[in-house]
Amino acid sequence: MSIFDGFKFRSESSPIHEMDPRAKFIYVCILFSSAIIFNNIIPLLILFLIQMPIVFLAKVQREWLRSMKASALFATLIFAMNFISLYFYAGHETLCSITERSAAMTIRFLVLIQTFSIFFLTTSPDMLGLALEQSGIPYEICFAFTTAVRFVPVLAEEAQTIIDAQRARGLELESGNIIKRIRNYIPILIPLIVNAIRRSMELAETMESRAWGAVKNRTNLYALRIKGRDILLIVSSLIILIISVYTSIYIRVPSITQMMHC
Amino acid sequence: MIVMENVYFTYPNGVEALRGIDLKIEDGEFIAIMGQNGAGKTTLVKHMNGLLKPTRGRVLVDGVETTKVSVAKLARKVGLVFQNPDHQLFSETVEDEIRFALKNFGFDEETIKKRVDWALNLLDLERYRNVSPFMLSGGERKRVALASVLAWDPSIIILDEPTIGQDYRQKERLRQFIMQLNQQGKTIIIVTHDVEFVAECSPKILLMREGKIIAEGEAREILTDEPLLYQASISMPEIAKIFKNLSAFGLPSKVIDVYEAANILYERLGDAR
Ligand SMILES: Nc1ncnc2c1ncn2[C@@H]1O[C@H](COP(=O)(O)OP(=O)(O)O)[C@@H](O)[C@H]1O
Ligand SMILES: [Mg+2]
Repeated sequence: MSIFDGFKFRSESSPIHEMDPRAKFIYVCILFSSAIIFNNIIPLLILFLIQMPIVFLAKVQREWLRSMKASALFATLIFAMNFISLYFYAGHETLCSITERSAAMTIRFLVLIQTFSIFFLTTSPDMLGLALEQSGIPYEICFAFTTAVRFVPVLAEEAQTIIDAQRARGLELESGNIIKRIRNYIPILIPLIVNAIRRSMELAETMESRAWGAVKNRTNLYALRIKGRDILLIVSSLIILIISVYTSIYIRVPSITQMMHC
Repeated sequence: MIVMENVYFTYPNGVEALRGIDLKIEDGEFIAIMGQNGAGKTTLVKHMNGLLKPTRGRVLVDGVETTKVSVAKLARKVGLVFQNPDHQLFSETVEDEIRFALKNFGFDEETIKKRVDWALNLLDLERYRNVSPFMLSGGERKRVALASVLAWDPSIIILDEPTIGQDYRQKERLRQFIMQLNQQGKTIIIVTHDVEFVAECSPKILLMREGKIIAEGEAREILTDEPLLYQASISMPEIAKIFKNLSAFGLPSKVIDVYEAANILYERLGDAR
């Protein structure tokens, strides 16, 4: 439940919320690419920090913090895995540099999570569907997409209730060996899937009884239009991309270890 | 015995669902928890078997704090039947569904057999023994869920909205065996909106509103207190409404039971004749 809260759309009025989802999508793609380009800690940290103003501008600090907390465990895991594998396989590196490289990978992961979180926290599923539709994707597919997104939190909530109901019948999820533990999830997955199917059938019926698909050319109440600030976002994203590519090709970014000679 | 001391509970998303609950439920009591949607009833009962732990305050079951033992251990004592049976049914047959909890609690095969038969019989489900629970109607699924909890014979039984989706006959049966279980010494806690059902059972009532208990008392007192019920968005039982309007004729005004009402009217009519 709390994991999803870090990615669930929150209705707020902020400049970021009002931006065109397509502009935000370009921003997400560019930040993703930039984060992948670098494996050095300094540029990754910069990528992380330049997004902070956006978080505050969108007034989603609390939710953002939640997404960070939710990824803490995974981040620790990534750090540990990198550290261990570098320690054993990377030859003559100092402990400092191993730590730094592992930290860089962890921060890269956090940048990805943060970008994702900002996008989904500030973009309503409706807007997303509209953006898809205006990009010429068939309405059926857009509708399926928005419905799927909309039902994720419902499903998450339901999963929690099912876990509670089975625990109330003596199910201990964290008991037994690995096979037993996987089997423990059967009583949770079956009701979850059955309910999801049942709900989708009901949805189909209610949609059909309201003449879904009767009109071929749909019109929308809202139309997306690229505005000044969207262009600003796209341009700044492109600048980030250009700087990233340029830096990664022509400039050797020093690592902190090198700078401190440790 | 369940004791709650100044219990507060806030969900991770910030909703404060319980705000200072103090209560004490003795062994063998029969309690109905009533109140409007979102009053915190389900949240409250989820504290009684440790599914939720209080953000502040303490919950004690038979003197043991719920934070100190596992849910499985508490559940052995406190059976909680959820509102929606679709949140728990997963087995291929009704029989397996009832076995599930018994196996979790480590009963031996012989006891499991006996208890499954007993539960199937109690809830009139014998003929569905080998049927998939997914093939049953809503009301039947609800009874399977109930049977699967009653089967392990918990000493405290909590039913969340047990009357939803049940027809009159099933409700009557439900009422009878709830009373029967209570007479056998079980502690019964029902969460419900159904005033008529509560009026006929006549348990002790806890009235909730916005995460607080706003009243506690005998059904006769609570269900005839119109302003109080209004606060909790509950209507008076029909019988109580009638007797409230008849109080001008010198009839008692605190009547909720049909048989008692009939007796009073019968005597009065007899006098008149
Ligand atoms: N899993 C949950 N996460 C967040 N809030 C919840 C959750 N379950 C219930 N709530 C909220 O807590 C309050 C009390 O809910 P609940 O205990 O289910 O009430 P009732 O059973 O009396 O209808 C409601 O405001 C509800 O929206
Ligand atoms: Mg409820």
